Amino acid sequence: MSAAVEHPVPSSVKIAPPPAELEREPLVLNNRSIGWLSDHIAGICEGPAPKWWLPALMISSTALVMMLGCIGYLISTGVGVWGLNQPVEWAWDITNFVFWIGIGHAGTLISAILFLLRQKWRTSVNRAAEAMTLFAVACAGIFPVIHVGRIWYAVWWLPPIPNNYDIWVNFRSPLLWDVFAVSTYGTVSLLFWYTGLIPDLATMRDRATGKVKKFLYGFFALGWTGSNRHWSNYEKAYLLLAGLSTPLVLSVHSIVSFDFAVSQVPGWHTTIFPPYFVAGAVFSGFGMVLSLLIPLRTLCKLEDIITVRHVSLMCKVILATGSIVGYAYGMEFFIAWYGGNPYELAAFKNRAFGPYWWAYWSMISCNVICPHLFWFKKLRENMLFVFIVSIFVNIGMWFERFVIIVISLHRDYLPSSWGYFRPTWVDVCTFIGSFGLFVTLFLLFMRYLPMIAISEVKGVTPQADPHHPQGGAKQGGHH
Amino acid sequence: MNAYGLMAVFETPADAMHAAERVRDAGYSKWDVHTPFPVHGLDAAMGISNSKVGWFTFIGGATGYTTGMIMIWWMNAFDYKIVIGGKPMFSPFYAFPVSYELTILFASFGSLIGMALLNRLPRLHHPLLRNRRFCQGASHDKFILVIETADPKFNADETRKLLASAGSKHIEMVED
Repeated sequence: MSAAVEHPVPSSVKIAPPPAELEREPLVLNNRSIGWLSDHIAGICEGPAPKWWLPALMISSTALVMMLGCIGYLISTGVGVWGLNQPVEWAWDITNFVFWIGIGHAGTLISAILFLLRQKWRTSVNRAAEAMTLFAVACAGIFPVIHVGRIWYAVWWLPPIPNNYDIWVNFRSPLLWDVFAVSTYGTVSLLFWYTGLIPDLATMRDRATGKVKKFLYGFFALGWTGSNRHWSNYEKAYLLLAGLSTPLVLSVHSIVSFDFAVSQVPGWHTTIFPPYFVAGAVFSGFGMVLSLLIPLRTLCKLEDIITVRHVSLMCKVILATGSIVGYAYGMEFFIAWYGGNPYELAAFKNRAFGPYWWAYWSMISCNVICPHLFWFKKLRENMLFVFIVSIFVNIGMWFERFVIIVISLHRDYLPSSWGYFRPTWVDVCTFIGSFGLFVTLFLLFMRYLPMIAISEVKGVTPQADPHHPQGGAKQGGHH
Repeated sequence: MNAYGLMAVFETPADAMHAAERVRDAGYSKWDVHTPFPVHGLDAAMGISNSKVGWFTFIGGATGYTTGMIMIWWMNAFDYKIVIGGKPMFSPFYAFPVSYELTILFASFGSLIGMALLNRLPRLHHPLLRNRRFCQGASHDKFILVIETADPKFNADETRKLLASAGSKHIEMVED
C-alpha cells in the first residue's frame, strides 16, 4: 500500500474514548496491562505446581491405567467381555466415540467460527477449548479402533491399504468416510492449535530460566520474533485455517451421523441427523468447556480474563444449541408419525415407553429442560449453578447417543431377534478410564503450555489499539 | 563491532506505528517492527502488501481434492473393481466426502507451510534473540523497531536521529 501521504487530523478533532454508556463491558477486567497478562498467564506454568495439581493428576492417571488394563483385557480375550450381543452389536463403544468426538466440536466452534464472526470474547477461552478438542478426539479415536475385535487387522480396514487378496477398502461406506473425517479433524485441530501457540511459545521461551525449558519452548516456537512482516503472513494463515476448520467441523459430525443415517435401521434412517448431530455436538462441547473452565478460573485466579460475561455468553450458546436439539427431538417424533412408516413409529414409541424409557427420559430432562434455565441472567451468572448444569448437559448428551444407538438396535424388524443390552464392568471401567486420559492430558497441558492465548488476549485490550488513548493515540495525531 | 541493526524501543502501539510511518517514508527497506501481538494498522504504516499465504492454501486444497477423486477412482473402479449393490463403479458423489476432507487437510497443511516458507521459518538462531532487552520486550509488552545495518540507506547517526525524533526512549545497536 502506498499510504505515503500524511493526512493530518485538525487539532480541533479530539480523540477520546466513547462515552461510558456506550462502552461494552471490557473483555479483560480491572484494566490489566499487557505485561500483566503475560506475567499472569505464563505464571501458571512457571511457578510451583498448585497444591491440587499433583493429587488431581494421580487420580486421573489411575483412571487412565484402569482404561489401559481394560483395553488389554478386551484385546487379549475378545469383545465378549463387553455386554454386546445380537442384536445390540454397538453399544457403549460407539456411544463413547460419538460422545467424545462431539465434545471436541465446541473447541473448533470457539476457535474457528467465532473467529470468523469476529467475536472477540473467544480469545480468553479458545486455547483451552482447542486443547479440549484435541484430547477429546484422542479419547474418541480409541473406541472405534478397539471395538473391532481383532484389532491387529484394523490396519486393513482403516487406511486405504489392500488386503491379502489385493482388495481395497470400500469408499462407498460411510464408516470409511468417518475414518477420513475424524483423522482430518484431529490433524487440522492440531495444526490450528499449534499455529495459535507459536507466538505464545516465543513468550515462554523468552521468559524461561532453565536451559531445557528454553530449548524446548524455543524449538517449537520456530524462532518467532514477533516481526510484523511475520505477523502479516501469520494472521492470513490463521484466518485461512479458521475458514477451513469451519466447513470441516460441520462435516465431521455430519459424517458421524451418516454412520447411522445411511443404514436402514428404524430410528437411524432419517435426514435430520446431520444438522441435529452438529447442534448436539456443539451443545455437549460447550457443556464440557464450562465444566473445565469454571473450576480452573477460580483455581488459577483467572477471573479477570475469563469473566462472568464470558461464562454468560457460553451459556447463551448452550441455550441456542440446546433449543435446536430439543426441536430435533420433537421433529423426529412428528416425522415418525407423519411419515406413515409403521416401523419408524414403533421405534419411537419404543424409545419413550419401551424397556429403555429411563434412558430416554434422562436425556429429555438433561437436554431439553436444563438449557432453558439459561434464559435467566441471574442463573447464567451464578458460577456454581452453571457448573452443575454443564455436568447435566454432558450426562444428557451421553444418554442421547445411548438412546440413538442402543434403543434403535435392540428392537428392529424381526421380533424374534429382539434383545436387551446390559453393560459389564469392562464397559463401565473403559468409559470412566477415558475420562482419566482426557483429564490427564488436560492437566499436563495447563501446567506446561499457556492455557490462555496470551498474544490474542493482549490484542483485544484497549492498550493494544493504536487508535485508543490507552494505546497511545494522541489528540490530533493520526496515521 | 559487527552490528546487526539499530533497535528502538517504544512503549505504546501508537508510538511504534507513527515511527513506522516515518521510517517507511524515509525510504528504508530492511527493517521491521517486533510486537507482542499483531497491531492493526501497522501493515499499512509499514507499507506491507497483502500476504500471499492464500495461494499456498489454494494449491493445497486443489491437490487434496484431485488426490481424493483420483485415489478413489483408481482403487475402487480401476485397480480392483468391486460391485456393491449394482451401483456404478465410480461416481463423484460417493467419492465426495473423502475428497472434501482431503481438500481441507491439504489446504491446512498448505496454509501452515506457506506461512513458514514466506516467513523463512523455522530458524534456530536470530541475532535479535540474543539481545536481553529485545527478548524481555518484543514478546512481552514493548514495541521494537529494528533497522538493519544491511539497509542501503542505513547511516548510524542519521538513523539514530530519526528513531529518537520518532519518540523512542531507548535506542541501542544490536550485535550480529
